[in-house]
Amino acid sequence: MPAIPHIEVRGLSMAYGDHIVQRGLDFVVNKGDIFVVMGGNGCGKTTLMRALVGLQRPTAGSVLYSGEDFWNAGPAAQQTLKRRLGVLFQGGALWSSLTLAENVALPIAEYTGLPASRVNEIVAFKLALVGLAGCEDLYPAELSGGMKKRAGLARAMALDPDILVIDEPSSGLDPLTARRLDELIMELRDSLGTTIVVVTHELASILSIGNNSIFLDSESRTMIATGHPQDALKNGHPKVRHFLTRGGEGSPPPRNDSSETP
Amino acid sequence: MRDKAAWQLEVRPSSTDTLVICLGGRWCVDQNPPAPDSLKDRLDASVRRVSFDASRLADWDSGLLSFVSEISKSCANRGIAVDSSGLPPGAQRLLAMAQAIPEQKLARRDRGPRGTLAHVGTATLEFFRGLPRMLDFLGEVVLSVLRLLSGRASFRIRDLWLEIEEIGPRALPIVSVISFLVGLILAYLGADQLKLVGAQIFIADLVAIGMVREVGALMTGVIIAGRTGAAFAAQLGTMQVNEEIDAFKTLGISAIDFLVLPRMLALMLMVPLLTLYSGFIGMLAGLLVSVTIFDIGIFEYYTETLRALDFRQFAVGLSKGAVYGAMIAFSGCLRGMQCGRSAEAVGHAATSAVVTAILLITIAASIMTIVYYQLGI
Repeated sequence: MPAIPHIEVRGLSMAYGDHIVQRGLDFVVNKGDIFVVMGGNGCGKTTLMRALVGLQRPTAGSVLYSGEDFWNAGPAAQQTLKRRLGVLFQGGALWSSLTLAENVALPIAEYTGLPASRVNEIVAFKLALVGLAGCEDLYPAELSGGMKKRAGLARAMALDPDILVIDEPSSGLDPLTARRLDELIMELRDSLGTTIVVVTHELASILSIGNNSIFLDSESRTMIATGHPQDALKNGHPKVRHFLTRGGEGSPPPRNDSSETP
Repeated sequence: MRDKAAWQLEVRPSSTDTLVICLGGRWCVDQNPPAPDSLKDRLDASVRRVSFDASRLADWDSGLLSFVSEISKSCANRGIAVDSSGLPPGAQRLLAMAQAIPEQKLARRDRGPRGTLAHVGTATLEFFRGLPRMLDFLGEVVLSVLRLLSGRASFRIRDLWLEIEEIGPRALPIVSVISFLVGLILAYLGADQLKLVGAQIFIADLVAIGMVREVGALMTGVIIAGRTGAAFAAQLGTMQVNEEIDAFKTLGISAIDFLVLPRMLALMLMVPLLTLYSGFIGMLAGLLVSVTIFDIGIFEYYTETLRALDFRQFAVGLSKGAVYGAMIAFSGCLRGMQCGRSAEAVGHAATSAVVTAILLITIAASIMTIVYYQLGI
């Protein structure tokens, strides 16, 4: 499949007030990629995700979806772009006053105008896909953490989005469920051609599902590697190798920022 | 575009017991694909096998998947074999994933509409179940106060000061406005009645005794219940959601000592003070109305007020303020600590805290008024 750029990020900088989180991010996510955003704790992975999905305006730079600049688009155009975007938040972010079925049904009913019975069939299928068949009538408070996450994925997939942005898919899941989730993510890409952005530091996931990635460094506050995670593991930046081997290989991160030469 | 590309569906028997479902065009959610119910009639006893032919299918998404999934479910219920090999490979794999984990039957529950009687019954049961928990909490608070008196309760003094600041000084504007208007209302009320006997100077007595003894405390109680009681319930409720209360418990630190005691002390200290302030503002309003509208001299009003008030009136007002403060703290903290683990539960806790506090305040006010009357205070 020829690489068609789906998300392009150009010179993106993000900050909270005076505190710069990340700056000068440049990368391209192609259609059908499973793109992994890696990095240690507190390096700005989630902030990058928020800038991608339209929750937090970056201080500089642009995010282009199929060539359309999100942050310079008008409200109506942003709304259209957002509709093609599915987001799974870290804790699931299910609406606690709605049942699982209602959580998944809300975006479908809001955007498609299908009759209720058809919406319910789609909801039943989405929940079955994440392994929650029959849990339609449960409230989020009655679910375990892993079930919440899977239900959140069902809601993120509700509208068959072109792009699925997932924050920490497998944290808090048992290894079998985590693997099933990874398989589901790959299957979504293979059969529906969904572009998937995964924010994670789960090594097993990174190496098994990702075919493209960036590594955000918290010391230099920018990206220090891009490309296939397997390549990064074999001959990437020492810091990335250090990260991907849980400290087994590569140099320990140098203390001095100025010694960094990208 | 839509007409050209819309979904096509055709069902034809290929042999005596096999039904072939032919799919064509675009089977996407935005094309409003057909309901699977329309096909279920065709799945009668003569059909033993269902297969698919997707050779003319152009595009598909969940619209197709949910359709096929529903058909498969109906077939499974009727013992009909489903051969999905005619579907696109991606769809086959997704359908297989959806069927990999069986439906969790236990999770289903009856949420059908219930009668009024059932609602009343549930609410009553819930109320009586709530009473022991309320008593339990009361007991824990009493034990905690005993620990405090014996110097063994631990909380941070800084928390107490923060609460005092939040409850007292920050409530002054709203207490001022309400007290001023209530004082004004009392003065008008008195003026109207006292005019009949030509004793309008007694407006001063009415406003002074009314504000200091009863109304000041009651108004302050209601304001603080809405302002601070709800805030306590929301704070503690959110802490419950975040498992912060559990963290105290596992560390062996009494959450009651650490969270409830400072709040309760702060309220019992600040509500009486606010009551005093409220009485003062109310009397000021009475003075203003009497002097400007009813032609009573400033000094007349002043001396009459001093004559009406004595230490007893202040003691009654202050004691009521302290009791109301305790009621607000009790309801706010009780509902916060009982809070469930969801956003909805936090909202419910805040509402319930205010309702409980106002109910308890009114009950306490009635009892104290009767008792003080009987004692002649």
